[in-house]
Amino acid sequence: MTVRKALTQLVLALALPVVLVAVWWFASAGSTSFFWPPLSRIVEVFPETWDAERLVNDVLPSLARLAIGYSIALVAGVALGSAIGLNPTLRAFLEPTLEFFRAIPPPVLVPIIALFAGYTGWTSKIVTIALGCLWPILLNAVEGVRGLDEVLVDTSRSYRLRRRTHLFQVVLRGSSPQVAAGARQALSIGVILMVISELFGANRGLGASIVQFQRAFAVPQMWTGIILLGLIGFALSVLFRVVEHYSLAWYRGLRQADRGA
Amino acid sequence: MTSLFPTTRRTAPADRTRPSTTPGDHVSTPSSDVALDVRALKKIYEGAGRQVEAVRDLTFSVARGELVCIVGPSGAGKTTLLRGIAGLLPLTSGEVVLDGARVTGPPAGMAVVFQEYGRSLFPWLTVRQNVELPLKEKGLKKAERREKVEAALEAVGLADSGDAHPWQLSGGMQQRVAIARAVAYEPSVLLMDEPFAAVDAQTRADLEDLVRTLWHRLGVTVLFVTHDIEEAVYLGQRVLVLSNRPTVILEDVTVDLPDVRDQLETRSTARFAELRHHVYELVQKAKKGYRPDGEAV
Repeated sequence: MTVRKALTQLVLALALPVVLVAVWWFASAGSTSFFWPPLSRIVEVFPETWDAERLVNDVLPSLARLAIGYSIALVAGVALGSAIGLNPTLRAFLEPTLEFFRAIPPPVLVPIIALFAGYTGWTSKIVTIALGCLWPILLNAVEGVRGLDEVLVDTSRSYRLRRRTHLFQVVLRGSSPQVAAGARQALSIGVILMVISELFGANRGLGASIVQFQRAFAVPQMWTGIILLGLIGFALSVLFRVVEHYSLAWYRGLRQADRGA
Repeated sequence: MTSLFPTTRRTAPADRTRPSTTPGDHVSTPSSDVALDVRALKKIYEGAGRQVEAVRDLTFSVARGELVCIVGPSGAGKTTLLRGIAGLLPLTSGEVVLDGARVTGPPAGMAVVFQEYGRSLFPWLTVRQNVELPLKEKGLKKAERREKVEAALEAVGLADSGDAHPWQLSGGMQQRVAIARAVAYEPSVLLMDEPFAAVDAQTRADLEDLVRTLWHRLGVTVLFVTHDIEEAVYLGQRVLVLSNRPTVILEDVTVDLPDVRDQLETRSTARFAELRHHVYELVQKAKKGYRPDGEAV
């Protein structure tokens, strides 16, 4: 029964992608349009386009910048968010300003950041990714810490948990579901910024490659880049869900128990 | 005030090494054996442009090893009082003295069992980790911790549930975990804030007996806040009846029931009915705004 259930799940999950690919395949099969090459042609050039040299020199550096920028945003967002969430004065002081900066779409910052951190190096790209990913994590961390149950906080105080224990065992653990929600948003923003940060003045990288294919009228190759980006985004989101599944198992259980009660 | 019931505070705790205790056969003990002393506790909340006097003047003491219940009408400031005693709430005036030392923040010798068991246990920790965490903070060695945790879980009847998460357990079992955590902490005074208000009647009876049993076995001092009059009379050696806001103590009722209590037997004795009746009347009077003699309303 469970095997059957799993199979049903798998069929449900794969049905639409399979149909979409099939539609694309057949609809584009006889295409002679320059900008709309047959899917068979795109698939054909995929391996030669993304060969080992390109993976090492374009894809991996892009992913590494994403990982570094995202990690910086995660650490800074949680640290700053906890501090703001725990301190009402700090919150009153910072919140209007933070709301202002949050409202600025990160891509418009790319040229400004590039002016200060350089066009071609890694720094400006990492800063762009980190800045963009910071907001959802930061604001969710603030809300998560503010939303901590006061009975839990009282419990922590009455058992005289040390500041450090209180911070790591109560504040961070307790706000982690909300932080995870912010981190999930940040991940998709990060992927977008990974590409956008390479659109200006970069000659290597996943996003830069796609732009170069486009400018060189290497249309099938450009399409392979877009497909590769989609696949990377999908893989990252699956990875995120797996991590979340294990680290927030308690939260899932708690919510199920609450619903059952 | 004319009353059949002694209102003077008993200074001697029941000697629980004897199987049953009747009033009048206590050996008087020196005042140094007061575990908890609450002196002229007053709490005024400063609201937006107005002040709310929650607790006006509370003075009482709990002798070492005693089990005292506090009962009062709803909104009598019971939770304010308890949070004040626990050092979780700054007092407007007055003081709380635990083991001879003035309470300025949550004291080391106190453990609190909150009403909201579901919100007082850490859901990301297992039952065992919940009980163990305060002991870790105390700096106990691993072996010693393990021993105390297992003993406490055993004592509340949850020896097999150590690896579960709190939310996997029923409400009554969760409150047992909270009690185990408090007991393992080995406090000098155990505060319980309406701990059984949210569990069903049968579970409540079991938990009441658990509190009596643990109190006997461990010799801990218990201050038990409740809105349930029968529960107060059944559990306590004394029942402090509170007035409505601003709170003062209406009467300190000595519960002269036999030390061994039984849900069926004790509750059907004439004396239990009398005490219950008396406390009930007091609470009714409190609801109507009755204040002790000489107190301006």
